[in-house]
Amino acid sequence: MTFADWLSEPVNWVYLAIGAAVVASAFRVVTSQNVVHAALYLVATLAGTAGLFLMMSAEFVAWTLVLVYIGAVIVLFLFGIMITRAPLNVEPGLDNPKARPLAAVVSLSLFVLLAYTSLQAFGSDQLTDVGTPTDTVTLAESLIGRFVLPFEIVGFVLLAALVGGITIARRDLTPLEEEERGAV
Amino acid sequence: MLVNQFLVVAALLFSMGTYGLLVRRNTVMILLSVELMLNAVNINLIAFEAYLRTSEAIGQVFSIFVITIAAAEVGIGLAIVLMIFRNRQSANVDEYNLMKF
Repeated sequence: MTFADWLSEPVNWVYLAIGAAVVASAFRVVTSQNVVHAALYLVATLAGTAGLFLMMSAEFVAWTLVLVYIGAVIVLFLFGIMITRAPLNVEPGLDNPKARPLAAVVSLSLFVLLAYTSLQAFGSDQLTDVGTPTDTVTLAESLIGRFVLPFEIVGFVLLAALVGGITIARRDLTPLEEEERGAV
Repeated sequence: MLVNQFLVVAALLFSMGTYGLLVRRNTVMILLSVELMLNAVNINLIAFEAYLRTSEAIGQVFSIFVITIAAAEVGIGLAIVLMIFRNRQSANVDEYNLMKF
């Protein structure tokens, strides 16, 4: 399959647009010197990823990604940024400049390795039945049927994370404050 | 559509996440990079599901698990960051040297 053949399918133009947006905003997530901008670029990356999921006929997961990540996780991140009082404007100390060359080498070689192995392994294999989305019934039957134990464990992990998060982030009272509370 | 085109985007996202993980000093930024890497894994899972088309949609089920665990991870991670910030007045990893010999 040549590149011209590949490009003749209109769906691949959509892929190119979304993929370029995802990669560009992911690049800005790791290079932006403004913490809030980095978090907002992550929103763009995740929205583009949801678009890719829709292209791969995974509608339920795409909307889960939008709800959980863009709706909740990003809000948590912005909350974390605000509460750690990181300067909201450009901050030169956000990166460790000494680590940059080594990190670039590591990530580039990782990319070359991953891309090379997947290109070798899958060649020009096509996705199957692109037009027919996985219906939610299949997903639900799988979640509540074969994967019900991991499903329950994940629910328990969420509960543990909730309790643990509250316990860790709660400020312990000073002895003086404890005395005041006790007096009342 | 090829399988590879999605795998390459995922590989790019994963390696960018690695770059951010190694370069950033701010703890919240490091957590953002980890999210990027988890997202790359999700793309891979969905791509393999769209390629193999298992009858039980196993790839999608596991990507839902990954999304859930990632949400729990962010909650706990930010709680730890808040706690350390309260004690050390800093959100930079290279200033967390209390346990360093």
